[in-house]
Amino acid sequence: MPILVGKETRAIVQGITGNQGSFHARLMLEYGTKIVAGVTPGKGGTKLQDVPVYDTVATAKDETNADSSVIFVPAPYAKEAAMEAMDAALNPVVIITEGIPARDEMVIMRYAREHSTVIVGPNTPGVITPGQSKLGIMPGNVFRPGSVGLASRSGTLTYEIAASLTHAGIGQSTCLGIGGDPIVGLSFVDVLKMFREDSGTESLVLIGEIGGTAEEDAAKYIADTRYPKPVVAYVAGKAAPPGKRMGHAGAIITGSEGTADNKIRSLVAAGVRVAEIPSGIPELLVRKVQTVR
Amino acid sequence: MKLFEFEAKNLASNLGIATPRGAVASSAEEARDIHKRLGGAVVVKAQVLVAGRGKAGGIKFALKPEETFDRAKEMLGSFIKGENVRKVLIEQKLPVKKELYISIAEDRMNKCQTVLASRQGGIDIEEVARTHPEEIARRHMDPVYGIRGYEARDLALNLGYGGQQLNMISDLLTNLYRLSVIYDCELVESNPLVETQDGRFLAADLRMIIDDNSLFRHPEFQERSKEPGAELTPLEAKARENNLAFVELDGDIGIIGNGAGLVMATIDLVKYYGGQPANFCDVGGGAAADRVASALGIIQSSDKVRTVLVNILAGITRCDEVAKGILDVKKVVGLKKPLVVRMVGTNEEEGRRLLETAGIKPLIHMEDAARLAAKGA
Repeated sequence: MPILVGKETRAIVQGITGNQGSFHARLMLEYGTKIVAGVTPGKGGTKLQDVPVYDTVATAKDETNADSSVIFVPAPYAKEAAMEAMDAALNPVVIITEGIPARDEMVIMRYAREHSTVIVGPNTPGVITPGQSKLGIMPGNVFRPGSVGLASRSGTLTYEIAASLTHAGIGQSTCLGIGGDPIVGLSFVDVLKMFREDSGTESLVLIGEIGGTAEEDAAKYIADTRYPKPVVAYVAGKAAPPGKRMGHAGAIITGSEGTADNKIRSLVAAGVRVAEIPSGIPELLVRKVQTVR
Repeated sequence: MKLFEFEAKNLASNLGIATPRGAVASSAEEARDIHKRLGGAVVVKAQVLVAGRGKAGGIKFALKPEETFDRAKEMLGSFIKGENVRKVLIEQKLPVKKELYISIAEDRMNKCQTVLASRQGGIDIEEVARTHPEEIARRHMDPVYGIRGYEARDLALNLGYGGQQLNMISDLLTNLYRLSVIYDCELVESNPLVETQDGRFLAADLRMIIDDNSLFRHPEFQERSKEPGAELTPLEAKARENNLAFVELDGDIGIIGNGAGLVMATIDLVKYYGGQPANFCDVGGGAAADRVASALGIIQSSDKVRTVLVNILAGITRCDEVAKGILDVKKVVGLKKPLVVRMVGTNEEEGRRLLETAGIKPLIHMEDAARLAAKGA
């Protein structure tokens, strides 16, 4: 049993006729994802790759019995797109869109709390359960089915580390990007809780980066709850100078809180093995699983 | 996007937030004239975007217009924490009774704006936050309802005010919150917010940082945001014109990659193998040939760069586009520095073929590429 998405998942794509939306709808279908409908206001009644397009999320859901959504809608309209998905009781809602104003993200997250909806992102590569379904933009071929859960704050670095796992013969249960923005739906702690309950996940990889306290909070949770599954991690941004923004809105360090060193120290103190370089993850994982057994 | 103090104060006064009387000057003569108009004692404040200018000599008092002339002359054109001073703000000196601290900031963990308020304002607020966090009252704002009157009054009580002053502070807090909402601020911070001896409250300093992602709904800032910020190095300014996420660092190995996380990891790896990265440069997802070409062009134009490392893991990005970008630079201006390319993913074979035909052999593993670049290629 994977988390968030699986072979039963029936997803709609909001913004399916846009550049990104149509391109990735095709790739998701090729991967085997059940994309049952698309939504673009004004394009209702048309089809894209045999997928019926509707004007509203509510009609798409009624007609196709969809249960989740992937959003590619441009930033200025993303807040309402997410609310529309939540009003139709779709869950999870994966928001791929980059560049959404933080204030809009705060409203989305408040709405999500009221609706008990899981929001993946915004500014995320999405979520994939290898061999079953992907709701997102990650290249499917670097992932393999297996028992390692992976959560990350970055996109390409996720592919890098997933590829190194796959190359080492280590498959993954579910991999997700929690999103690169300061305000995102899921914290590492939320993801740790989900993987804890997932019988298909035996060990975890966390990929962190500078800024915020997501890694420190995860470390505290792991230590406080004596987390029952082995966790290994990599944190990007050791060499980043303080006060500088490194691309992601999320990747900024101010003062001592949020530095890579602080995050690594917290994780190590909680018993998490932290790889010095990305390709060190598979080896740590093999060793860690062996020592625990 | 950070606003200068005088810009923030102009926006604040429009919402009825009291600020000291004053005006901004670009020359010492102007500064002297402003002082003459204001009369009394004034403060001369360097207009820079970096925080902590007070301790760096960017705030001086002056009793007479001639003194203001001298202080302004010293400050204008000088550098404060590496930032060139182009303007000074001349303001009346306030009869200070108490210096407070108030800010409204993006709160990642609680996914809302959080108001912080303290009686211990002034230049040592960071010290207070570290040693006496209980001295700072905080309240999480509902993103839909915003600040409610009783929340503002509760914060005013926390600051120790009652009677008429309770309402004055709560109105001020409400207006600062409106300022934050109207302009989509990551941060609105007044430190100090001054209580005068006659019991009034004024934002003696004001910092505003606008959320860059919201600029599409703020046409009033769009021109301003394209100006090469005073904080940017010439190379960073050039990169920004080309829409590249770029940060200059101290080393000699130029770095180009796709995705912030991957680029940061690449920088860390180069350091791990003993090299010193010269920059962070993220060409982003789906980067086309021209973006890669402009990134490479900008980086190899820097004298301090000795080697350039390109690290691409193509998902939405296509390796053949990346290769074309590199070859464009080779053809038009030539490759001026040794180049290490690591490139895998979408359309890898075509990209590889293009580069190999031109005598560049891309590597498969980022560790190998980083090690080679660290050695000077």
